[in-house]
Amino acid sequence: MTLQYRTEKHLITATYRVSFDVFGADRFVLLGPSGCGKSTLLKAVGGYMAPTEGDMRLKSQPIRGPGPDRVFVFQEFDQLLPWKTVKQNVVFALEASGKMKGAAAEEQALRYIEKVNLAKFANSYPHTLSGGMKQRVAIARALAMEPDVLLMDEPFAALDALTRRKMQDELLQLWSDTRFTVLFVTHSIPEAVLIGNRILLLSPHPGQVKGELNSDGSDPVDPTSGQKLSDRIHDMLFADRVEEEEVVRHG
Amino acid sequence: MADIHARPARGTLTPALRPEYLRNVVASGDIGVVQRPLTLWQRLVNQSWLRKIFILAVIAAAWQLYAAQLNNPLLVPTFTATIEALRNAIASGDLLTKVVNSVVLLLKGYAIGLGLAMVFTALAMMSRLGNDLLDTLTSAFNPLPAIALLPLALIWFGLGDLSIIFVLVHSVLWAVALNTHSGFRSVSNTLRMVGRNYGLRGPRFIAQILIPAAFPSILTGLKIGWAFAWRTLIAAELVFGVSSGAGGLGWYIYENKNMLDIPAVFAGLLTVILIGLVVENLIFRNIEAMTVRRWGMQS
Repeated sequence: MTLQYRTEKHLITATYRVSFDVFGADRFVLLGPSGCGKSTLLKAVGGYMAPTEGDMRLKSQPIRGPGPDRVFVFQEFDQLLPWKTVKQNVVFALEASGKMKGAAAEEQALRYIEKVNLAKFANSYPHTLSGGMKQRVAIARALAMEPDVLLMDEPFAALDALTRRKMQDELLQLWSDTRFTVLFVTHSIPEAVLIGNRILLLSPHPGQVKGELNSDGSDPVDPTSGQKLSDRIHDMLFADRVEEEEVVRHG
Repeated sequence: MADIHARPARGTLTPALRPEYLRNVVASGDIGVVQRPLTLWQRLVNQSWLRKIFILAVIAAAWQLYAAQLNNPLLVPTFTATIEALRNAIASGDLLTKVVNSVVLLLKGYAIGLGLAMVFTALAMMSRLGNDLLDTLTSAFNPLPAIALLPLALIWFGLGDLSIIFVLVHSVLWAVALNTHSGFRSVSNTLRMVGRNYGLRGPRFIAQILIPAAFPSILTGLKIGWAFAWRTLIAAELVFGVSSGAGGLGWYIYENKNMLDIPAVFAGLLTVILIGLVVENLIFRNIEAMTVRRWGMQS
């Protein structure tokens, strides 16, 4: 599919004829440098913009507009409703989408808040939580919806390095608990290698598919090239740039 | 204590090689004072209402001294004479009726103003033309003092409650609409996307996402609207006076001035101030504490 969007002055082609398939329980990572349209792709899957060419299907149904079968986790901390407590935030998602009501919603909310180890903070307001805790609430809110696919747009990018590492491990732990399907956008190669079982590489301006690789999280050495997975990805993504730099150096 | 051994020397300076060391940290229980409650005096001084009461007491004392020394109750009655007049006015029930008249009138105008502000904001949210309409109307009417419409209101609606309500609506409407609208517009895109993600649309989206997210601005609008309305009301009553039924607080002030009962005039003014303070410091302060402060949306 091709995605284009309008700014005030330009029509921008964010991705050009990108095509990929995600299977159940995939931890599918969209990886690429800034400007490869990976966030735009995710917004399209979320239903916030329609492709100018091609289509997207979820369980063979075309995607039309945002819906609670695809739940977003954003990078920004303000994705939580500040006027609701942790528990109310999760309950809000369940009730607004019409998935659950009353006591059932509350029970479901508490179950998932417990899963992200925030049971003690269920009645706290978001502004009293740290950045990492806020992201965990957002993840709990998304998982409580039990969506067909979870859409994560650089969810850990605004966290400090230590918290980020911890959150990545927790996400993998949650995945082995519940086996959700997740589409994960990142520009960090180590994060992609750690989180993904399948990594889609995108090139920038406009975004096009460079390849799709498997990963088992351990960054293994590839027998044919003798390189680590992360080094292979690095070379594939930044090959063009290295050439450019060399031209500058020699020229 | 930390020393920094810096030398002005430049060039090929390398950092001096020092041995590494490790230390055991003292348990916090052994350090002594880590956290200590403040003394009673410190806690009292920290209470802003106590400091304000102190300031008010000083002002009252200065007033009393000045008026006693001036000894001309037609110009400035003493503080005690004013309080005495206030007590008599309350005891006779005269002042209270006037206050009730004023407040009822104010609430009517305020409610109609809020309703109209909601309509205008909804229009502005729904279409670009509505947006332009609100923009144009607020920029035209917001700077226009409501009291300036009084002569016109008199011609249109005659002497009575209706003309006062008309100017009150004008004083509330634009401030509230302007603030609500700008609050809606500054709701973050992320929150909007979250709302739509969970299937909220139309009125539910406005009620569950936009209004609470914009609540700090809406509350500011309500406060400004209230202050405008209160001033406009008193001023309008001074002019219209008794025409609107029994008359309100503004009329009370005017009437007593005509009778040269200056302590009662001061008592009326004091009542205007007191009601303003109560609404601002009790009602709005509490709404703020229960909402935007609790949510961490305003410090």
